[in-house]
Amino acid sequence: MSNIHKDYLGSKFGMWLFLFTEILLFGGLFILYSIYLHKYPTEFHLAGKELNVYFGGGNTVALVTSSLFMAMSISAIQKDDKKLAITFLSITLALAFVFLTNKYFEWGAKFHHGIYPDSPALLERPKGEIIFFGLYFVMTGLHGIHVIIGAIIIIYTLFMLKYEKVNKDDFVLLENAGLYWHLVDLIWIYLFPLFYLIL
Amino acid sequence: MSTESKHIVSYKTFIIVWALLLFLTAVTVWVAQINLGFLNVVAALAVATTKACIVILFFMHLKYENKLFKISVFMTFLVLALFIGFTFFDVAYR
Repeated sequence: MSNIHKDYLGSKFGMWLFLFTEILLFGGLFILYSIYLHKYPTEFHLAGKELNVYFGGGNTVALVTSSLFMAMSISAIQKDDKKLAITFLSITLALAFVFLTNKYFEWGAKFHHGIYPDSPALLERPKGEIIFFGLYFVMTGLHGIHVIIGAIIIIYTLFMLKYEKVNKDDFVLLENAGLYWHLVDLIWIYLFPLFYLIL
Repeated sequence: MSTESKHIVSYKTFIIVWALLLFLTAVTVWVAQINLGFLNVVAALAVATTKACIVILFFMHLKYENKLFKISVFMTFLVLALFIGFTFFDVAYR
């Protein structure tokens, strides 16, 4: 055991401060979305109908469930159950891949129909629909990048758990990985109704 | 030598929270099928915000953190609400 002083509170607060910048980053995009929704309600409605609710809904369930296992893995390490913590965190990671696979097929289907940023088929459409799909690709794309980064952080944390760098007495890395992962879930909670269920 | 938040949340609590979140997801999907006009947007955002609060309080442990965390999270969302509010004040009365 090292006797180096670690500032757990500072570490966690630093993570939260970073998350605040993420909230404002996505917040800016949400402002953009809401203004264009205000300007082109019918176009947004028509374009939104083209998105597949089953992909969106399935991914919502995948992310919420992955968050559950992330939260439970922190409880497990607090109870000094290393094996269970690793199992739970592995399930979270598996669900992250389920999410990304889903997204791959969803975007693939859109590309197949000729809908991607700046595509000729998209540019023939009314302005409001072009904006809707532009925001769709930017916002779900940026969110997807966060899922990929989150998965990388989870893999790193899994190794730290395995080698007991993360343990019952020092698990702030797992907590911060969890905070990042829940933020990804948090943003999806808003993306899902705004794009798939609209309105 | 352990982390400040010694509070261990039980698996049962988390599973209840998870079930609640899935239920609210089903509610949004269901409400979206009914045509309420502008109220659809309000309903969707209300349910999403409820879900967000549950995630922040339980999954993100905010309920068990000290005041510093609670106040700064609140301030962040207040700032975001101000941004959105003032932007709409501009857009709506242009």
